Parts: sequence; C-alpha cells; structure tokens
Amino acid sequence: MRDVAVLSFAQTPMKRRESGRSEVDMVMSVVREAVAASGIPRREIGFTCSGSSDYIAGQAFAFVGAVDALGAWPPISESHVEMDAAWALYEAWIKIQTGVCDAALCFGFGRASMGTLPETLTLQLEPYTLAPLGIDAIGMAALQARAWLERSGRSERDLAEVAVRSRRDAKQNPFAQLRGDFEVEKLLAEPTLASPLRRHDCAPITDGAAAIVIAAGDVARRAGPRPVWIRGIDHRIEPHHPGVRDLAVSVSTALAAKKAGVDPARIDVAELHAPFTHQEWILREALALPPGVRINPSGGPLAANPMMAAGLVRIGEAAAQVRSGAARRALAHATQGHCLQQNLVCWLEGE
Amino acid sequence: MSDAGPVKSIVTPTHLEYEYTATGAQAEFLRQIGQGRLRGQRCDECGKVYCPPSGACARCGLPTSEWVDVADRGTVSTFCIVRVPSENIEVKLPYCAANIVLDGSDVPFIALLQECEVSEVRIGMRVQAVWRARELWEPTFENIRWFKPSGEPDVPVERLGDWV
Repeated sequence: MRDVAVLSFAQTPMKRRESGRSEVDMVMSVVREAVAASGIPRREIGFTCSGSSDYIAGQAFAFVGAVDALGAWPPISESHVEMDAAWALYEAWIKIQTGVCDAALCFGFGRASMGTLPETLTLQLEPYTLAPLGIDAIGMAALQARAWLERSGRSERDLAEVAVRSRRDAKQNPFAQLRGDFEVEKLLAEPTLASPLRRHDCAPITDGAAAIVIAAGDVARRAGPRPVWIRGIDHRIEPHHPGVRDLAVSVSTALAAKKAGVDPARIDVAELHAPFTHQEWILREALALPPGVRINPSGGPLAANPMMAAGLVRIGEAAAQVRSGAARRALAHATQGHCLQQNLVCWLEGE
Repeated sequence: MSDAGPVKSIVTPTHLEYEYTATGAQAEFLRQIGQGRLRGQRCDECGKVYCPPSGACARCGLPTSEWVDVADRGTVSTFCIVRVPSENIEVKLPYCAANIVLDGSDVPFIALLQECEVSEVRIGMRVQAVWRARELWEPTFENIRWFKPSGEPDVPVERLGDWV
C-alpha cells in the first residue's frame, strides 16, 4: 500500500441559499484554494474526481458543467461519482494506490435550496413498491430514530442534546450555517416533524462546496511540513430495502471501521456524517467510540449539511484537527442513502 | 405462480419542483439580453471572450470578470441539417442548427438558422440575430428567435481560426 496524505482542504461558507454564486463559481473557489494550499503545482495533479447529483440541481448533466471550473485544457483525467464526494476521495485514493497518479483533487458541491430535498431523496428508494408510498427522507429517518430509542432506552432529550452541542461547537466554525446557544427544554417543547424527530434533529438544507487534495508519500512530504496521513479507509453498503436491515444499528459502519483498521481507543476526535441526531448515537455505538472522544467539533452536519459534500467536509475537518495539533488521530465518517445505508470510515494521523 | 400473465407496466408518478436562481455572470447576461444587448466575459489569462459567459474560462479554470460588448451578428463555424423531429423544436423540417461565433466573441454557440434554404448554408456564412418584438423582451435567450443570413460577404475558412 502507498502512503496517502490529505494536503489541503477548502470549503465555501455554508448557506441556506446561495443566491450570488453558481455551482461553477463555488467549485472554482474551493478548487483554486485547495490546489494553492496543497503545495504542489496544478500540473502534478494527475486525477480529478467529483461527487454531486443532478437531482439536486434539477438539471441533467449538471456535474459536467462543473468541469468548467477546472481548466480542463489540455484535457484532464477526470471521474465523477453520483455520491457524496467522500467517495470521490475514495476513488482518488484507489487511483493513487494503483500508481496511475501521485496526486489527486476531489470535490463535491450542491445547491439543495433549489429543490425540495426530503422529496428528492425519496427517489433513492426502490421505485416500484417503496417510492410510490411517498414517505420522505425525514419520515424514513424517524422510523430509524424510533427503533433506536426503543432499543437503547434513551430519550428524545438525548437527541436534543446532540443538536445543542453541535450548534454550540459551530460557533467556532466560521463556515457553519446554524450556530448558537439553544436550550434542550425549549427544543423539546417544539412540535415533531415526523415523530420522534423535531426540526432540531434534522440537518439543515445547505448550499455549498468543498475540495481536498491528496497525494502519495514522497509528493506529500515534499509538498509541506505537515502531511496528514490517511492510515485506513473503507466503505460498506447494506441492502437497499430498509425492511431487511436492523435500523437501530449500523453494521456497515462497524465493518468499514474494522476493515480500515480503526482502534477506537486511539482516536481523539471523530467527525461523523450524521444528518439526524439519533444517527450520531448509532454511529458512536457502531464505532465503539469511548466517551472521551470529541464528536464533531466543527458542528457537524447539524450545523451545515451541503448535500454531496458534507461527507468530504468531515474528512477535511478531521484532517484540520490533526494538522492543527488539536488531535493526534482523527476519524472521519461519511454516509449515503436512507438511514445510514452506506458508510465510509477513514482515520487520519500526523507524521 | 399466478397464471394471470406478466405485469407489463405500472405507473408511479413522480413530481419534483425546482426553483432555479440564475447567479453571477449568467444572471447578468440574462439581464442584458432582456434589454436587447449581448455581452460576454473575457478571460484575463488567455483573452478568450465567452458569450454566453459561465463566469469561468473553461480552458484556464479561472474566473472571468471583464465584461465586453458582443455583436448580435457573427459567422457560421459549423452546421448541420436536421431531418428528424424533436418535441423541443417547433420549426419546420428540415432545419439548420449552426455553431455561430458572434463578432467580439471567441466561443461559438448553437443556434437555429432560418430564413434561407438549408442548401444555402455554408461555413463562413455571415448571419444576424432575429429578435422577437421588443414588447416581449424578457431576461431569456428566447428573445432571439433565430439567426438569418446577413447578406455580408462570407468569411474565408482560413480566417476562422480554431473554430472549425
């Protein structure tokens, strides 16, 4: 295996509605920033991979439009995943492992404000017997939340506390969309959207983009003094039909962590892509994270959830924790699909 | 297994609504075309002018910010004669779709070419925009109905540069 490091990370300010900049504008700003901060010249980046979904833009081939932001002349080696850009990073990592390139650029973007996200996400369901039932993404998550509350014996208060902590921590994150001091009692007095979930249990709808540059050993060491090494990375998927899964646990997360070689006792910080409060609990259990591990110091997806980039942002934020010295080792997680269907886990460490 | 025969189709209606907001260079381009003007953006690096602009030079990967006026007439850089119907195009078959490089721009875009026999269309042909009635102008590309021959002498192919 080749050593691969995160060299740089850039993200846009996360907003409920980005009305001033197009996807191309957003992508261009994060790509230029990430490439400039990587310490390696653009021509040495041998592969580019993006994560986005045309359903978010409501425009066929919107992902190809983003190529305008890349300066693809002479033509570049490029790929795209219709997934969160954390999986674009995984593809780039594989490309580096195969020796095709030594450095790669990954980015993700979405302007979810243009559509109706909970309904759009419904289209991920099997189209003949499930999607026609009309349940949206919040309803799906609520089924899972109820199952987890029942199994764990915890309460809606435990869920609200996740939201309060996330938005308090987000006060330190200049890119966050939702931040501030909230009170558990007041949140619990709010009506439910889909019981047991209330508004604060759900990630906001966010417009934003993010980019990361990764590189192999020698190139990474040459690029700068503090490479952040990806020590292990893996992703696992569960069956598509939610009925065949135990929604109260995340077997795929546990397995991905095992395959990535995560030792939870050695992790200081975890950035978890949990768009719903109860999912953070499920992930903590699946990853067996001890109580001392700091979860989502960035505020996490409950503070900003740029669809198709939020998982990549977790990797970027985890790497930033290691680079700054705040953590020796950090874990990053990304998810896809309803109710944590598919999960990616990686862990990062300094030199 | 039932002997009622195969289930050949089901209908599952899907409806998603989007509220698109034009942003940046595209929004400004649309505002200008709503006033009957065509404007493009020039790349600081390579000097190419894009009309319509996307806010980026696709070759250099750099933001474009300098606005320049572009004429509503230009040169056919390539074309095709379409003989198959399309739901989106209302003109009579066969019709001509042409790549047109507007004067003052460097990047051709595809437009309908009308008001001439398709057999007359050729690379290097000079064409001009046919605008719809002024009272119908809105911030949309549809303000230009199509292009038609301008009657100016052709541009020699060798002067078309890398457009063809």
